[in-house]
Amino acid sequence: MAPPSAKRSGSNKKAQLGLFAGYLAAGLGATLGLLLLAISLWRPETFNGLRSMASDAAAPVGEVGAAGRVGSRNFFEAIAGYYNAGSKNAELEEEIRIARVRLAEARALEQENERLRAVLQLVEGDVEPVTTARLIGSTSSSARRFAFLSAGRRDGVAPGMPVTSPLGLVGRVLEVGANTSRVLLLTDTDSVVPVRRATDNTVAFAEGRADGSLRIRLINLGINPLKEGDIFVTSGAGGLFHPGTAVAMVTEVTDDGAIGQLLSNPAATDVVIVKPIWQGNVVTDMDAPLGSVDSEGDESSSSQDEE
Amino acid sequence: MERLATRARRDAYGSKINRDHSPVLAYGVPWITIMLGSLTPLLPVIAPAPILPPMGYLLLLAWRLLRPGLLPMWAGLPLGFFNDLYSGQPIGSGIFLFSITMIALELLELRFPWRSFWQDWLVAALFIPVFLLASALFSGTSLGIANLPLLIPQLLLSVVVFPIVAKMVALLDRFRLTRVRRIG
Repeated sequence: MAPPSAKRSGSNKKAQLGLFAGYLAAGLGATLGLLLLAISLWRPETFNGLRSMASDAAAPVGEVGAAGRVGSRNFFEAIAGYYNAGSKNAELEEEIRIARVRLAEARALEQENERLRAVLQLVEGDVEPVTTARLIGSTSSSARRFAFLSAGRRDGVAPGMPVTSPLGLVGRVLEVGANTSRVLLLTDTDSVVPVRRATDNTVAFAEGRADGSLRIRLINLGINPLKEGDIFVTSGAGGLFHPGTAVAMVTEVTDDGAIGQLLSNPAATDVVIVKPIWQGNVVTDMDAPLGSVDSEGDESSSSQDEE
Repeated sequence: MERLATRARRDAYGSKINRDHSPVLAYGVPWITIMLGSLTPLLPVIAPAPILPPMGYLLLLAWRLLRPGLLPMWAGLPLGFFNDLYSGQPIGSGIFLFSITMIALELLELRFPWRSFWQDWLVAALFIPVFLLASALFSGTSLGIANLPLLIPQLLLSVVVFPIVAKMVALLDRFRLTRVRRIG
């Protein structure tokens, strides 16, 4: 099939001009795109408002889908269950084995926890969650790993708040709209979480690898003490994430750490919990250390001038 | 009077008597479908890795290849912007890539005016990897060469899915041109 000949301008001046204007408009569009891209890479927060407004507008679509996701997953899993009963069985036995290990770890942790609480004279008490919400979508065709959450500013959500599921940490809130917010998932390459091994205090960083697994980088280099099946929990270092939330299980030991599988698969979670920022004052202090130092410096210098 | 065959007054787009195309449908359907395609991130799929094909871009390619001139050349600007709002890419990446695609397809058409199913697919199979790689580059992730295999499943899926998208667009094109407006 040949394209319509009307698209070729020939010697028609008007058509030539139209074609030229088309190229010009498209070229200007591309240039504008490049400019905007440069701005948003340089200052990633510039267009947050636009994006959160857009996701607010489209949130109802996502809500319906999220409600359907759990139902449809159960349906398909029920069918799939008939096909791979044998391998499922082996998998389950494997899981039980791991669960036994985890139970032992949890008992040890509980004891340690009690001891430490006694030392610190802390009062027992859970953190009051900010809100509970659904994950209504994710950037499934981009290399970034964001998810959309069905709660926003009106529900008290603020940027930086950790998002958890009953199985473990999911991510943290990146930007907030009126009714929706964007969550940076743990598997995004920009996400770094301070973690420690559940059984002892081997500290490490868990970085996203954008493919559903995490890279666990030990802080103290030396002999790698990690084994397959080790569980990592958040350490609470640096604020933001509450200590003791499960993050990942080691599946492969590497030279400088390990590759961990995410414990709380965001795809399998129905409802997630948004928690307040752990030690918020520490985080805000760390956000603006230079500014406060500068202003103090100015004050002292001015007072010196007065003297 | 002898009755004429009823089929003579109809074609694939409906009755030819007293009916005409609706301009809203004829010009609106491509825009609406591409924008709906850009909304795939709101599907209830929480993906651990990039999996789903970039539906907005595939639909743009399919419409542009099926009906050259239907989308104006500046269409990359608004459609790319809409795609950026939801795709998770930094704003500007979609605008740039969509606009460049429109220009490149125009130039390609000057060189190869004759087209067929295979040629359209080949063009799509050339454009999609470039789009996905450039998107990954612009996304601001710290993906190294070692992580590039991460994109391969999505890339293959997108290329394989393209003929289906093109077929869907062909069906939508018939819907677009149905004579629904009553005249006279």
